[in-house]
Amino acid sequence: MGLSRIAALAFALTLLPLPAQAGDVAVRAARLHTVSGGVIENGVVVIEDGVIVAVGPASEVSVPAGVRVLEAAVVTPGLVDAHTVVGLSGYLNQPHDQDQLERSAPLQPELRALDAYNAREALVEWVRSFGVTTLHTGHGPGAVVSGETMIVKTRGDTVDEAVVVPRAMIAATLGDAATGEDGESAPGTRGKAAALLRGLLVEGRDYVAKKAGEEGSKVPTNLRLEAVARLLSREVPLLVTVQRHHDIATALRIAGEFDLRLVLDGAAEAFLLVDEIRAAGVPVVVHATMKRATGDAESLSLETAGILDGAGIPIAFQSGYESYVPKTRVVLLEAAIAAANGLSRDRTLHALTLGAAEILGIDDRIGSLEVGKDGDLALYDGDPFEYTTHCVGTVIEGDVVSETRR
Amino acid sequence: MRPSHPFVLAIALVVSSSLAWAQDTTAFVGARLIPITGPELEHGVLVIRDGKIAAVGARGSVEIPAGATVVDVRGKVLMPGLVDTHSHVGGGWAADSSAPIQPDVSVYDAIDVRSPGFQRAQAGGITTANVMPGSGHLMSGQTVYLKLRDANTIDEWVLRDADGRALGGMKMANGTNSRRDPPFPGTRGKSAALVREKFHAALAYRAKLERDEDVDRDLGMEALLEVLDGERIVHHHTHRHDDILTVLRLREEFGFRVVLHHVSDAWKVADEIAAAGVPSSIILVDSPGGKLEARHVGYESGGVLERAGAKVAFHTDDWITDSRLFLRMAALAVRAGMTREGALEALTLAPAEMLDLGDRIGSLEAEKDADFIVLDGDPFSVYTKVLETWVDGQRVFDRTQEKDRLWAVGGLGAGEPRATTACCDGE
Repeated sequence: MGLSRIAALAFALTLLPLPAQAGDVAVRAARLHTVSGGVIENGVVVIEDGVIVAVGPASEVSVPAGVRVLEAAVVTPGLVDAHTVVGLSGYLNQPHDQDQLERSAPLQPELRALDAYNAREALVEWVRSFGVTTLHTGHGPGAVVSGETMIVKTRGDTVDEAVVVPRAMIAATLGDAATGEDGESAPGTRGKAAALLRGLLVEGRDYVAKKAGEEGSKVPTNLRLEAVARLLSREVPLLVTVQRHHDIATALRIAGEFDLRLVLDGAAEAFLLVDEIRAAGVPVVVHATMKRATGDAESLSLETAGILDGAGIPIAFQSGYESYVPKTRVVLLEAAIAAANGLSRDRTLHALTLGAAEILGIDDRIGSLEVGKDGDLALYDGDPFEYTTHCVGTVIEGDVVSETRR
Repeated sequence: MRPSHPFVLAIALVVSSSLAWAQDTTAFVGARLIPITGPELEHGVLVIRDGKIAAVGARGSVEIPAGATVVDVRGKVLMPGLVDTHSHVGGGWAADSSAPIQPDVSVYDAIDVRSPGFQRAQAGGITTANVMPGSGHLMSGQTVYLKLRDANTIDEWVLRDADGRALGGMKMANGTNSRRDPPFPGTRGKSAALVREKFHAALAYRAKLERDEDVDRDLGMEALLEVLDGERIVHHHTHRHDDILTVLRLREEFGFRVVLHHVSDAWKVADEIAAAGVPSSIILVDSPGGKLEARHVGYESGGVLERAGAKVAFHTDDWITDSRLFLRMAALAVRAGMTREGALEALTLAPAEMLDLGDRIGSLEAEKDADFIVLDGDPFSVYTKVLETWVDGQRVFDRTQEKDRLWAVGGLGAGEPRATTACCDGE
């Protein structure tokens, strides 16, 4: 390399903008879906230090000099998968990477999602490339009480970098998925499953009472019942995966008996109990729209999300749990099918973002493009729900975490 | 009634038969028509008669016979019925656990025609399906090519050749699914060795027949000879790149005709597949993994194979993917770089050819079977619905009918065998 070329290179380097600050980015969109404040044509979002500092039309929002600017046809808040096992149920589907379900006993609320989440799992990166920025993940369906769930962002090399809410809900299952033939590691019937769940809640209630009593300081810590205590105090909701109408009714009944915060999950036959679910004030994380219509879920309908939303029941979407192929579903693609079957596009996007954040109790930070909220965005080259549209970028707290065109 | 004069009767017969001819003719007019074998027609006409396509063309270029029923399909899209090269609807267990290679067993004897899976397939626009036994054997048995008509028995569905012989292929598999405890193979090397041994046994069987020796009939050997003679196409489950090449090697050695199925690693060996001139029927799933062999499966395979010059079709592998959403799979391939034309062909004519049915189905051309679907929008839009599915000139799915809509959308009763909901309901 000659001297003149070195000089030219040095000159060129001085012209480059300063290295972008982590957590700072601006995004321009032909259509900016704020979710909380409508659609802004030719809109801009400015993120500083991971937080949204400005949202509005390009004519009114100025982009600070030196900040990296992304552009896309359509920009939405980062998507929220309201129930998944990504990070615990690995894509290879081998015994060593399946940590979503401990089958040794039917009631294990003490299992923590934090201890089981693999932040580097390939499917975390996969769903992120579709614009999914937040996951409600953890112990999955399949035991009467399988353990805790948590909320993470789809970023970070460790769970500590990813976590948003370390204890989100406690996962339960009613119906065929939580009953076994031998009646040992799992109850053999629906009646027995409900009895086990009630028994655990009663045990927890007694434990709380003892701890509050005069001899309370002498009561040894019981991690299992500490978890139940958080349910009884309504600190965390009980997330009940349930498909049949009579199992949904059982979930509502038990939640009523113990004054629990209940979130229904799956709820394939929820369309048969719309009035009851609405009266109970219970939100529904609707089964993956393309979930296979077999077993307890044989009557599922592509229109359930639309029916429940139309009745005023809060809904969100999930990728769910898959035991085989595909190892995870993608919540964007599941929501798209609902958008084509009775749920308006606006309501679909709402359920994928702010609606999900409200059910998860994180809507103060996540779910819409508003000043002060996390700078989490999904960028698309067209209608996000169309089969042939691509996600062209994903931003989490101002960092561009994916630029794969997918 | 007794005719007053034989001549009058003769006249009457001529008139009524010509009326019947016209009444049996239906013209679908005004749709955007995707014939597959030619350019799309903005305002097309499709004339069907006696279960066959009588004419296809642009409006004005096709004569609509007097007396034909004219159906206005303006604003809609009309294309050939979809052809699924690989489905498991109706159950269809064939080979049992007694041996890894069972060419004598046929899925024909095992299919439940009242399975709701068939209604869902009709709702998804599928008119022809190759229903196969599973992949847990090196050779799990004979497959059947079905027309998804409304029928009560499997016999009414099976496609037949001019001699009335049921048409179907032979299901084979390699890789991990067919590995088990003995007598099943424990390794890939053993898997291929067992297959070679069996084909050599078939060749020896034929040699005996040709020498006119007194040979006991062996139905399995007869089926293998159909494979070796190219009369029965091998539909070969295979995922990993090296397993794909093993299939190509065995084909080279024994000369059978083969369609590669799944082909998860297709993008790694696309040039080798294209050079062999072997078609691939692929599946796209929403995420990679679920099993070790599918860890590298991607939406890109269709486009990669297309660009390599290889023949591509899609399949549902129902219940792996939902027959109601078959169009979606091709759309995802377009999302990942496949051409629109290639993706449409990969749902229709290409799979028809992979079943040796390219002269009967897969495109809208005169003389072909009247198998077609009516859509309310572009085939590759998520918002598009299959409105009607027609097989051999009969409408087998009509979304406006509540009973049919249930299969398309789901809901209470959609998971039940057809008999329990359809009983006594106008049948």
